[in-house]
Amino acid sequence: MSNEAGPVRKTLDASQQAIKKTIEVVPRKVNEAIPKPHFPEAVGYAFLGAYLILMFATALVWVRKRIYPERDYSELKLRIKTWWIIVVLTTFALGFNTYFSIFCLAFLSFLAFKEYLSLVPTRRADHRVLLWAYLAIPIQYLLVGAEWYGVFIIFIPVYWFLFMPMRMVLVGETKGFLAAVGTLQWGLMTCVFSLSHMAYLLVLPATGNPNGGGVALLFYLVFLTQFNDVAQYVWGKRFGRVKVTPSVSPNKTIEGLVGGVMTTTLLALAMAPWLTPMGHVQALAVGVLIGFGGFIGDVTISAIKRDLGLKDSGSLLPGHGGILDRIDSLTFTAPVFFHVIYFLYY
Amino acid sequence: MHQALDAVNEFLRPWLRRAFAVCVAWPICLVVLGMNIRHRTRLPLKGPAIVTPNHNSHLDTAAMLTIFPISVIPKVRPVAAADYFLTSGLMAWFSLNFVGIIPIMRKRPRVEGGLTGVDADPLQGCYDALERGEILIIFPEGTRGEPERMQELKSGVAVLASKFPQVPVVPIFMHGLGKAMPKGSFIPVPFFVDVNIGTPMRWESDSAGGDKKAFMAELGSRMKILSEKYERPDYD
Repeated sequence: MSNEAGPVRKTLDASQQAIKKTIEVVPRKVNEAIPKPHFPEAVGYAFLGAYLILMFATALVWVRKRIYPERDYSELKLRIKTWWIIVVLTTFALGFNTYFSIFCLAFLSFLAFKEYLSLVPTRRADHRVLLWAYLAIPIQYLLVGAEWYGVFIIFIPVYWFLFMPMRMVLVGETKGFLAAVGTLQWGLMTCVFSLSHMAYLLVLPATGNPNGGGVALLFYLVFLTQFNDVAQYVWGKRFGRVKVTPSVSPNKTIEGLVGGVMTTTLLALAMAPWLTPMGHVQALAVGVLIGFGGFIGDVTISAIKRDLGLKDSGSLLPGHGGILDRIDSLTFTAPVFFHVIYFLYY
Repeated sequence: MHQALDAVNEFLRPWLRRAFAVCVAWPICLVVLGMNIRHRTRLPLKGPAIVTPNHNSHLDTAAMLTIFPISVIPKVRPVAAADYFLTSGLMAWFSLNFVGIIPIMRKRPRVEGGLTGVDADPLQGCYDALERGEILIIFPEGTRGEPERMQELKSGVAVLASKFPQVPVVPIFMHGLGKAMPKGSFIPVPFFVDVNIGTPMRWESDSAGGDKKAFMAELGSRMKILSEKYERPDYD
């Protein structure tokens, strides 16, 4: 950098360096290969933990049903049963190799985007345009597989954002144009762009911690996000009094939110040394980010459902609702977590 | 020779029909699209029976072949227009052997060689099928028409029901297939579709004492009720 670039740029650089130093960042390593093995031992133990939690939940419901036979646990049972299916499918999706995992995440994006388009109003004139919108999914995930970060990060927010309205203009229908192009881009951003950050975690090499790249980071993010959902629900159910967003999601309370974020943060702290390159300070910050981010993602999808007068986004996951009801939090936590990690370590 | 071929065909047809359901209908309806099926237990699994879904798309038949279990698929027979599906040889072969359609003439045909020109009953194929204990799929709107708009029902179902008063007639409402692949388009756009199955009607109890118009009105109103949950806003 030349001296003419000015003192401002220099101070910025210096302060960035300072930030990185104070939070004990491991030095950046460039051009490292995808970590082998794809599925480190630590992730195996982490999955074991997830199965143990599920077994515990299943046993707990069984015992409570024995104690209070008059209470209705069918909804809870259905939920846990669906959790089992989700966890088994996730094990399968992540257990083989990176490219298969990326393919599975692309399919998840497809399901989410399809559910989104089935909920929101679309125009009949846009029949072909919607096919083009779907095309963004394979392209985005191919960019992940190719590890082409520069294009991955701008493909949907820039190129598809420009291409979609052009394609709609070619159709020539102007009635409802803004609403149609707006809803389409929002769907692509949440269901494809945001979620694809999960897949990009898979191609990040391990730095600092031999276990701490790829699938380990993905597990860390997804587990904490889903755990946070459950924790907020349980805290809210047990201690909830003051509503946070009465007009959007009347079941969400301050107590649930704070309790959930605290629990998630503690767990984030505990899991970080096993699965990530993060130290305590970063893990603490990431825990809080995932806790609040998950909440915001959740209520954002709730707001959409409320706008459209729906209770659930679909019925793919019995006891949970649709696929969007389950991954709403991830649409926010995935990009946030990814960029924190990417900024600090890559 | 012909008889031998027919025998082979008879033997193969159930397997071709199952293969079509598994290799074509399922991937389209369960992977490309996606189905939310309500009240699946109301579906008749034993013939004779008639199911009457609304009609918006060629995909409707695929959807029907997906909601029935694979074991009964050979007995499930979509009733379809002969003047559309039997015009070309390849289409006819495919429709008859893989989809298993029962072709009917939408315009009354003259009996060939009939000296007096007596009209043949266009529904004869349906009578035979019901007597064999098969499950008929009849789209009472007759044609696909405007996407996602119900049209007036044709009376053929009432004619069948009056001849077979004990046979259950099950109304079905499907939402989203016309959005996924409307008339005139041939690539399905992925959407989740809803299939809502109604309770069975019977000629004896639902025809107001043998009135075909009353029976069709009842069927129409039941399909309307089934559709009410799925009224969604659209930009046009």
